[in-house]
Amino acid sequence: MAIRLRLDKPWQPLTPEQATRLPGQLGVYQIADANGTVLYIGHAGGRSPFGLRSELQREAKDRGPGCQFRVEVNMQYRTRWFELLMVHQADHGALPPDNAKNPPPLGRLSPA
Amino acid sequence: MDFEPNSEQQMLIDQVRRFVREEVIPLEAKLDPDASELPDEDFKRLTDKTKAMGLFGIDIPKEFGGPDIDIVTRVLLAIEMAQHRAGLYVPCYGTFGGAGLAQIFEANEDQKERYLYPTLRGEKKPFFGLTEPSGGSDPARAIQTKAERKDNGWVLNGAKLFISGADRAQYGIVFARTDASKGRNGITCFIIDSDTPGFHVRRVVHTLRSSSYATELEFKDCWVSDHQVLGEVNKGFAVANARLTRQRIPYAAGCIGVAIAAHEMAIEWAKMRSTFGEKLANRQAVQWMLVDNEIDIRTARHFTLEAAEKARRGLPFRIEASIAKLTASEGGGRVVDRSMQIHGGMGMTKDLPLERWYREMRIRRVGEGPSEVQRMVIAREILGSNLR
Ligand SMILES: Cc1cc2nc3c(=O)[nH]c(=O)nc-3n(C[C@H](O)[C@H](O)[C@H](O)COP(=O)(O)OP(=O)(O)OC[C@H]3O[C@@H](n4cnc5c(N)ncnc54)[C@H](O)[C@@H]3O)c2cc1C
Repeated sequence: MAIRLRLDKPWQPLTPEQATRLPGQLGVYQIADANGTVLYIGHAGGRSPFGLRSELQREAKDRGPGCQFRVEVNMQYRTRWFELLMVHQADHGALPPDNAKNPPPLGRLSPA
Repeated sequence: MDFEPNSEQQMLIDQVRRFVREEVIPLEAKLDPDASELPDEDFKRLTDKTKAMGLFGIDIPKEFGGPDIDIVTRVLLAIEMAQHRAGLYVPCYGTFGGAGLAQIFEANEDQKERYLYPTLRGEKKPFFGLTEPSGGSDPARAIQTKAERKDNGWVLNGAKLFISGADRAQYGIVFARTDASKGRNGITCFIIDSDTPGFHVRRVVHTLRSSSYATELEFKDCWVSDHQVLGEVNKGFAVANARLTRQRIPYAAGCIGVAIAAHEMAIEWAKMRSTFGEKLANRQAVQWMLVDNEIDIRTARHFTLEAAEKARRGLPFRIEASIAKLTASEGGGRVVDRSMQIHGGMGMTKDLPLERWYREMRIRRVGEGPSEVQRMVIAREILGSNLR
């Protein structure tokens, strides 16, 4: 099976109702504005009480209406999160704006 | 040989044990269970403490300004440093500094200035690039990355797989074939700066070690000058072998540390948890698991200290290093597995460090030479070196 480097699932509106339907599993997610520009890449780690559901409920509450999201259930949430950040940086020359405010230690990736 | 720590070693052990229990473990309660880094302010605070203890830069040889710690003492301390959640791959989150891969003993003076000293000062990080998609157990035959002579230097073309830390490193030690007709005598070791044109970190390789990934590298017409050859042309295999043999001893020590921590947790749990009206500790089935843990730990500790003692005395230690790596990685895996079993469902959760140790310990039977290769090294020694 080919390894999918980028998260390219369809966007869903970021609302408390949509977030409540999410699984309680661990994984990664992206938040975008209404035009699909990625604002933030996050992860639901081992300390999230209800995994992706908790994280996206929090995002919906903090950000209010007008944003979109997509998730990927992934037990390797941490290395996948680093990977998505590095791929974004390679594709766009910068981190998503909300990650750039407090960037984690990252390497350089030049995906083929 | 007497492997009981002397009073000076015991003092250091106690100091490091206190540091792990009082400084490192409490921080982990707040970190993500898969975290491999401390927040900057905690890293700095803890590094200041290891400096005050006189143990910062623990792997730096005395002549380069490091603390004067022999390999046996280093093993005893490595066993202590691994006894926390992230301890197998990032003992104490790197707060003891250390040279790690910078032990490029073959470096000439110019290379020491450009790579060794900056690494010892913590300014540069290296990676170790040996394994390729074509295999890692038998690099002498598997290496396909080629380095061809061009313009007073070498052009590298090829790929490396499973390389840890390459995306964050400033340089790497890379093995390439320089003479296709000479087998193991046709491999050269190069120092490659990560910003060299033609050097690419192509992708993240996700493994059971979900705290930190490996990477896949590509070399595409990557030109380096003759000054980047580490050691001699066509003598790179010996560089790799020497490093791998040396590395097996601290590698084993990390496995022992984690095994001890898991075993201690299992003992505590068995004494506390009751089923069918009796403490688990009173059940013979559980007692035997704990006894087997104890035997696995003592066996691995004995062989690892034996290997270290031989290395300290300047005696050959290849076979001992392989036995140490085997007993510690295989025994360590069994100890963590039994400890999880004794914990029942709790043993499977991310609430406890056991599940992370279980995943990471599994890699230890493959990394730095799989168990089968260690057995092959030992077989060659006991059956005769002409056995290939
Ligand atoms: C998380 C992780 C990090 C790593 N980091 C690095 C790194 O930083 N740098 C680096 O260079 N490499 C690194 N490696 C690679 C590692 O060293 C190799 O995976 C290892 O040497 C085995 O090579 P291979 O995977 O190609 O297996 P192969 O060589 O293809 O062997 C496959 C299996 O066959 C068995 N086998 C091999 N030979 C024999 C034999 N003669 N008889 C019987 N059985 C045999 C072994 O069980 C082996 O595991 C890393 C690997 C992992 C998983």
